[in-house]
Parts: sequence; structure tokens; C-alpha cells
Amino acid sequence: MWGVALRSILGSLPVLLIVSLITFGLMRLIPGDPAAAIAGMSATADQLALIRKDLGLDEPFVVQLVKWYGGLLQGNLGRSILMGQDVLQVTLIRLPVTIALAMYALVLTLLLGMVSGIVAALRQNTLVDQLAMVFSMIGISVPNFFLGLLMILLFAVHLGWLPTGGYIPLWQDPIGWLRTSTMPALSLALLQMGLLARITRSTMLEVLRQDYIRTARAKGLPRRVVVVKHALTNALIPITTVVGIIISLSISGAVVTESLFSIPGMGQLLTQAVLNRDYPMVQGGLLLTTTFLVLVNILVDIAYAILDPRVRYERS
Amino acid sequence: MNGPELVAVRPAADDAPLEEEFEVAAKRQAPWRMTVRRLFRHRLFLMGLCLCSIILLAGVFAQLITTADPVRLAMRWRFRAPGVDGFVFGTDNFGRSLWARVVFGAQLSLYIGFSVVLLNAVFGTLIGAAAGYFRKLDNALMRVNDAMMAFPAILLAIAITAVLGASTFNAILALSIVYIPRTARIVRASVIVLREMEYVQAAVAAGAGHWRILRRHILPNAMAPLIVQLSFLFAYAVLSEATLSFLGLGAVPPTPTWGNIMAEGRQYLVEAPWIITIPGIALMITVMGLNLLGDGLRDVLDPRLRIQQ
Repeated sequence: MWGVALRSILGSLPVLLIVSLITFGLMRLIPGDPAAAIAGMSATADQLALIRKDLGLDEPFVVQLVKWYGGLLQGNLGRSILMGQDVLQVTLIRLPVTIALAMYALVLTLLLGMVSGIVAALRQNTLVDQLAMVFSMIGISVPNFFLGLLMILLFAVHLGWLPTGGYIPLWQDPIGWLRTSTMPALSLALLQMGLLARITRSTMLEVLRQDYIRTARAKGLPRRVVVVKHALTNALIPITTVVGIIISLSISGAVVTESLFSIPGMGQLLTQAVLNRDYPMVQGGLLLTTTFLVLVNILVDIAYAILDPRVRYERS
Repeated sequence: MNGPELVAVRPAADDAPLEEEFEVAAKRQAPWRMTVRRLFRHRLFLMGLCLCSIILLAGVFAQLITTADPVRLAMRWRFRAPGVDGFVFGTDNFGRSLWARVVFGAQLSLYIGFSVVLLNAVFGTLIGAAAGYFRKLDNALMRVNDAMMAFPAILLAIAITAVLGASTFNAILALSIVYIPRTARIVRASVIVLREMEYVQAAVAAGAGHWRILRRHILPNAMAPLIVQLSFLFAYAVLSEATLSFLGLGAVPPTPTWGNIMAEGRQYLVEAPWIITIPGIALMITVMGLNLLGDGLRDVLDPRLRIQQ
């Protein structure tokens, strides 16, 4: 297992290096003068010079690059123009909000997506199976902001069950958090649910056709034991690899969902930063979010090795 | 079909019916005919084709099927519900016909989706083929590819449009940059397998150059997974473009896109829910149609990747 972990971490280093290089290069792609883009039309020459100096744009490219990596090593990602605060600090406050939401969406995805996939596989080619597959097709085709708007209309405006938006931190009031996060998490989870249901179904069907399942049934084991103990545990292995993708999709989707439900997470922060041309914030937010996802994928690799002994022996 | 000549030339088996001969000849002639026939027997593919056709026809003939101007303001007619005063889909907060706006939105969505698919087909194939075929390039290209794929897709697209500025062209560019690494990866995977095939070795032994081997022997056989990927990509591109313009980062208003119509309609969610519902349904029909087409193509062209049995 340690071998797998080490390999996975070492493999991620070049990825992170290139990710940080791309993020650095991104801001240098701004057509024309970035300072003018930030300050707007009415800025004076002095103001422009000040912004350039503030962002280090008046220095040679190589110096900028060295300073960027120097800053990264010290955890210094620059200051947000919009909020005047340290990018890392702002991110560390906002990222947990998004992670909590993504985790809620992940739980919903795993519960609903996997269960419907398993049920569909066990009742292959029946009405239940077809219904489950129709729903997962709808799930992967409905844009999450459309679903969010429809849910606001139904549950908040017409039925008045849930608030239209806003956010209550989890550690302050868990019930309040559930009330404000359920609609966003559901709208976020729908796409992943559809994907997971389809993957679970096909993996289960494949496992259920194996000889050892027939053996287990032939020796008289109850169906429940065969399904849960023999089939599901083996079907779970390929499904773990999808968890990383699910979390990545949730974080991506949170950008829109958070703006829609006014949740003060990373998504909202980045959207605000983008619309206000707060480039250091965009840069830092993008880099930190991506780094978080790379870490998630390392954990998924390790989990995979723990669950599947073949991986452990093969690679070490 | 040039069946008759073939049948005439070949000595017919004594008592084989003529039609069967025809079919055998036809199959030898054009394997794609069989593929098309199989596709048309695939129920879900047909459903996807119908859904996509609706949107495609609306987009292509937008100028013919609506006489209303999708951008001109007509405050007198604002907030008409669907069906009232002759507005099939109602009007928005500026009194513009939603029918016209959604139909022109279809045109733009399809244009953007198609452009992203085209750029992916070209550059994804080039990068994937280079990485898969030339071992020396593989490592460098794939490390950059991995890094690009580590970014959450929409977030990277948003950052790119933030840098370049909001416009239709920049949305196409941003989405292409985001998805090309994913396409390249799929092409590379098939090229790596094909490179080791015996007939490719034979071509090398016969003295064929790299370009010829790639073009004649490898790429044609790598097409099936690419086509499947591109049909799903079309769906992602349409969906992501709607997301970008919903956030105000796509085509600039008043140009109608499904995303920005919904963004504007958001403020009138209670008074005029049709403003968000109608483009939302159009978007859903398009994405579902493309996903179904993709499923069908995958089942027929690339059975190994089959998800639904």
C-alpha cells in the first residue's frame, strides 16, 4: 500500500508543477495591458503604474516567474484586488464551504446513484430497470442550474418548505445547514447520480455473470448474501475510481450552484473574481482548487489499492 | 449500389438465392452500410436522432420559422404568457418573443457545439496521434495533458474566458482548450494499441513512412472511439456553453443564448417562470438527444465500451 501511495504522490508532482505553470501563464495571456483591464477606462497613468507594481507586472518575465514560485513555497498567492485580503486566507475560509456541499452531494450520489444502479442490474430488462435508466438519462442531460431554478420555484416559492438561498455554516446549526444545502446538493448531485447509476448497473451486470456467483448460488446461499457479499463487494472496486471524478464534477458544478443559491463558497468567490477582473484571486482560487482535487485523486488511488489486493501486489 | 456487375462476374453458387448474393456483395462493398443499418435498428439512437433533428432544424431554419426580431425591445408586450397575444412561447421582460429568442439561441448553441467538436477532432487527433505514435513525444505531451485534465473543466473554462473576455469566439476557444486533452487521450489510447498491430509492422517493413502509416493504417481504425467521444463532447460543449453564458461569460447580450435568456429570466422566476423553463427544456432536449446518439454510436461502433446491455 505504501508503494502505491508513494508512486501516486510522486506521479502527482509533475502534474502540480505544470498546473502551477499554466495558472501563472494564464494571467499573462490577457490581451493588451492587464492593469488597464483591471482598472477600467477611467484610470489615470499613476493608477495603472500602481496596479502594475502591485501585481509585479513591471518586472521582467523571469523575475515574475521566480517570484511566483517563491511565493507558492511560502504559501503566498498574492492579494485579492476586490477584497484587499490575502488570497490564501480567503480561500481557506471559502473552500470548506464548497467541500461540505460537495461531500453532501457525494453522499446523495452514492446513496441514490448506486442503489438505483444495483436495483436496475438485479431487475435487468424490467420496468424498474428501464425507469432507472430513463431517470439517469434525464440526470445527465438536465443542466444543474436549470434543475436548481425549478427546485427553487417548487420547494421555496410554491411550497415554502425550504429557503430560496442563503447559507448557515454546518458547525453553527446543522439543521439550518441541511435546510439551506439540500436543494443545492441535490441539483449538484443529479448529473453524478445519473453517471454512477449507469456505471454501477453495468459493473454489477458484469460481476453477476461471473462463475463464482453461480457457484455461490448453486451451493444454496441466500440471494441477499450472494448479492451483497459476493457481487457488490467486487463491483465496488471499479466504482471507487469514479469517486475522484464525482468530486471533481461537484466542485466544478458548485460554481453555478453557489451563485444560484447565494452560498459563500469557492464557486461564488471565483465567479465574483472573474466578473470583477480580480486576476490574483482567479489565479489562486484555480490553483488551490485544482491542488485539492489532485490530493483527492491520490487518496482515491490509495483506497483502490486497499480495496483491490491485485493492485497492491502488481504495483509493489 | 454496384451489385449487379459483381454478381455477374462471380460464378453464382448453384442454388443460392440471388438476393443473398446481393447482400453478401453489398456487405463486402461497404461495411458502413451495415453500421448504418444497425444504428437505425437501435431504438435509443433513433430517439436521439429525432430529438437532435428538432433542434437542428430549428437552428438551421431559424430565419424562416420566425419573423420576430429576437433582439428588438417591445416593452408594450412584456411578460405575455405562452399562447397569449399570438406569442407561442410568450415574451420576456423586454417584450421580445421567446420563440424567436429560443430558436436563435438554438442556432448559436449548435454553432458553438459544432465548432468545439471540429477543433477537438482536428487538434485532439493531432496531439493524440503524435503522443501515441512517437514514443519520444508521449511522455512530454501526456504530462501536459494530465495537468490540463487536473483542472475542474468548467472552472478552467471560466478562468480562460475571464482572461480573454466574454464573447462567442472566446467561449469556443475556452471550451476547446478544456476538452482537447480529453479527446487527445482517447485517440492516444487507440493509437498505442494499433501501433503494435501486425499489419502496421508489415507496413513499416514495406517501407511506408510515418505519415502514410498514420493516415492509411492507424487513424482510420482509431475513428470509432473518436466519433463516440465527439458525440458526447457535443453534449458537454452545449451544456458548458449554457453554463458560461448563464454566468455572463458567453455571448454578450442582447445576442440570445439559452444560458443568458435563463440568467435574465432568473429575476422573474415567480412572475414569468416560462422565461427559464422554455430555454431549459430546449437545452435538455439537445443534451439528451446528443447523449442518446452517443450511446447508440458506442453500442454499434465500439461494443467494448458498452454500458447498457
